[in-house]
Amino acid sequence: MIENLDLGMVNWARAQFALTAMYHWLFVPLTLGITWIIAFYHTIYVRTGSEEWKRLTKFWMKLFGINFAIGVATGIIMEFEFGTNWSNYSWMVGDIFGAPLAVEGIIAFFLEATFFAVMFFGWNRVSKGFHLFSTWMVAAGSNLSAVWILVANAWMQYPVGQAFNPDTARFEMQNFFEIAFSPYAVNKFTHATSSSMLMAAFFVISISSWYLLRGRHVLMAKRSIVVAASLGLLASIFTIFNGDESAYEIAQVQPMKLAAFEGLYEGQTNAGLVAFGLINRDKKVYDTQEPFTGFHLHIPGVLSLMANRSFGSFVPGMKDLVYGNAEHNVLGAVQKMERGKKAVASLDAYKQAKKAGDKTGAEVQLAAFNTHKEFLGYGYLKKPEEAVPPVALSFNAFHVMVFLGLLFPLIFIGYLYFSAKGTLAEKKWLLGLGTITYILGMIASQAGWIVAEVGRQPWSIQGLLPVSIARTNLTTGTVQTTFFVFLVLFTLLLIAEISIMVKQINIGPEEN
Amino acid sequence: MIEQLDYSTLQHLWWLLCSVVGALFLFLTFVQGGQSLLWQVAKTQTEKDLVINALGRKWELTFTTLVLFGGALFASFPKFYATSFGGAYWVWILILFTFILQPVGYEYRKKPWNIFGSLVYEGFLFLNGAVGILLIGAAVGTFYTGANFQLNDSNFVTWTHPLRGLEAALSPSPSSIFNLAMGLFLVFNARTLGAMYLINSLELGEAPEMETRLRKACWQNLLLSLPFCLLIVCSLLFMRGYGIVDAQGTIEIVSFKYLRNLLANPWLLGLLVAGLGLLLFGVWKTAKTTETGGIWSGGLGTVLIGLTVLLLPAYNNTAFYPSKVDLQSSLTIYNASSSPYTLKIMTYVAIAIPFVLAYVAYVWWLMNREKIKIEDTGDRAAY
Repeated sequence: MIENLDLGMVNWARAQFALTAMYHWLFVPLTLGITWIIAFYHTIYVRTGSEEWKRLTKFWMKLFGINFAIGVATGIIMEFEFGTNWSNYSWMVGDIFGAPLAVEGIIAFFLEATFFAVMFFGWNRVSKGFHLFSTWMVAAGSNLSAVWILVANAWMQYPVGQAFNPDTARFEMQNFFEIAFSPYAVNKFTHATSSSMLMAAFFVISISSWYLLRGRHVLMAKRSIVVAASLGLLASIFTIFNGDESAYEIAQVQPMKLAAFEGLYEGQTNAGLVAFGLINRDKKVYDTQEPFTGFHLHIPGVLSLMANRSFGSFVPGMKDLVYGNAEHNVLGAVQKMERGKKAVASLDAYKQAKKAGDKTGAEVQLAAFNTHKEFLGYGYLKKPEEAVPPVALSFNAFHVMVFLGLLFPLIFIGYLYFSAKGTLAEKKWLLGLGTITYILGMIASQAGWIVAEVGRQPWSIQGLLPVSIARTNLTTGTVQTTFFVFLVLFTLLLIAEISIMVKQINIGPEEN
Repeated sequence: MIEQLDYSTLQHLWWLLCSVVGALFLFLTFVQGGQSLLWQVAKTQTEKDLVINALGRKWELTFTTLVLFGGALFASFPKFYATSFGGAYWVWILILFTFILQPVGYEYRKKPWNIFGSLVYEGFLFLNGAVGILLIGAAVGTFYTGANFQLNDSNFVTWTHPLRGLEAALSPSPSSIFNLAMGLFLVFNARTLGAMYLINSLELGEAPEMETRLRKACWQNLLLSLPFCLLIVCSLLFMRGYGIVDAQGTIEIVSFKYLRNLLANPWLLGLLVAGLGLLLFGVWKTAKTTETGGIWSGGLGTVLIGLTVLLLPAYNNTAFYPSKVDLQSSLTIYNASSSPYTLKIMTYVAIAIPFVLAYVAYVWWLMNREKIKIEDTGDRAAY
């Protein structure tokens, strides 16, 4: 099956997945976060009975609705794209991946879908209390929807709770709870949802700041900002903490990803974190070029601390992970490939023996397979260097994300401080910065997904299934066609969405 | 209790659950039916807004049910998901394409600065309502007529037809006619349901002319759907099918397979007859009387028909996704399902389904107590 492998097709399929995922993620964080913020506004309205808060709630709901429609539209393709473009993967992991997806459908999607209509159209149709309840249910439903898809994603990065069944040629679930509560999944969920809350706070702040700069809807803008900045500050601090936790987790289970996004070619003890540096795009793992071009600054020991919770510890570099490092007991892709090839060979031999009715032969082969199955995926790599993900992209994305992530709490603090002093409307510089915070947040968020997904290449399931095997047997032309169709369609819809959003912001909340 | 269930029971249970979700989806396609009726029944801007807002309160439910149908099939019968979605690539991509257009169709249609103008968004809704449902129907047809795929040792799929799934509707063959009939039946049935739903949820006094058009459309679309329905039912009585003939799971072509299935499971025949009867009753009530509740019997009828259509090709040792080119690659509920452990875990989760249905129904009742009026279309939150 790997003989007629078409790398061009795989890369187009990856491009299509990246395209649709990134477009989808333009809208998801806002949905996840702003539903909570709207629920807060709505609660204040119900408790105070103030028409002002009702107008404010309705206004943010309106913007949420515009965003939600295109979020749903770009979302449905994601669920089915696993099947259309990655059918081998779908078969091999369906037993594991499908269950969270079904839970998501039954438990979460219906909460969101059912109460969505009440939230928007229930103002005069249901009681105030039930209406408020519905708004909270939409927030809960949309965030619950995120749980299960992130569980599935985390499992691909750290495949726990499963075993490969050689008879069905797929991975089968052994322990649901191990998958659902894997530390990787917990971190992924907290990081994604807290950063989404931060993004939604920025959305509110961007628009409200623009109103303040224009001197329009001043009261509404100030009120919106106080709630949003308070939630945003908490979220941004939480995001930094669970981001650090994620980095630790990555170091433990995906050391190659960590080495790539830190540009660490040679393993080090007391390894430094890159505070600033231009990565050398031409460097390969096997050559002797410098990893950085020009000036670069490392903060000594911090990478070791982040990766292993200890300053002096050894952090393996890409070279160690490709060629091995006996001194530090690091197994390289070279050694893993040897074992992986044995696993693949014994699996084939096992199937042959079984077909021929040779029971003892099959048992021998199965035992051989079991000793090496941990490295199954490496058996499908052609060169050990394939185990290295795109370094420059991972590095740049990671550092953009971290730099922005550290800046964000300061922005929220600024907003809260000047709001408390009552001088926010005079701080034009802050309001000016505020209007673009949503874009900054989006850049950081997309960069985060690039780190997560580009950084794990070539694996669709870490160590077990490379993307080249996971794909559907399609021609390059077919995937190219759908890639461009989606590109054009999503871009047109995005343009319409932005245009409608801008118009609605311009109109502002309904005046009495 | 769930721990005690054996593998085969779990496989049957999950095919049943998937079929229930699929059948509920077919009922909820009244949204799509209403979309494709829009230009026919609504002549003024106000009438259009009424139709869109009545459907707009439910589009998400239909959409979510489709997503759940896909998710449940992925979870319980991953081999089908992998084989069909990866193999019949173009059919599924086109269906998805029309479902990408739907949400924005509602949300952006009347918003100022929507770039393309209302007509384009209404066109999106029409495409979703007509082409989307037609192709879904054709895909369901392949449960009976089979598809062009082959699976290798690793269960990886190779599709042997260059049209990648579109041949189900486009190749000049009896199976294409059957698949198209299935698609067209679903399209016209969705329109019948759409008219019934609109009659039920709109304040008809405010649009008396549209009421007449809706009641007429309900009848017309039933008449249009009947020939396709008859074609399907007659074919099923005479068609050969793909049966499992031994304990090893060998597949062979069996004459009168679906008739045999009906006779082996007479309750399926009961479901079908009851479904058709309820549907006809609902249409009669809507088209020939001044009643507004036809959607309930019409809807239940559609669910029962849908259940029959989905259960008939899978139960009684039948391959539900037959391969035309390599019989032994055909998928059955036995060889395509998830592991017993996964099915058990999901069965625990499925205990939540009645609760979900209950709150969906409760919210439906709450929101539809008052009919949708012209006043509702003027709100800024309206579609």
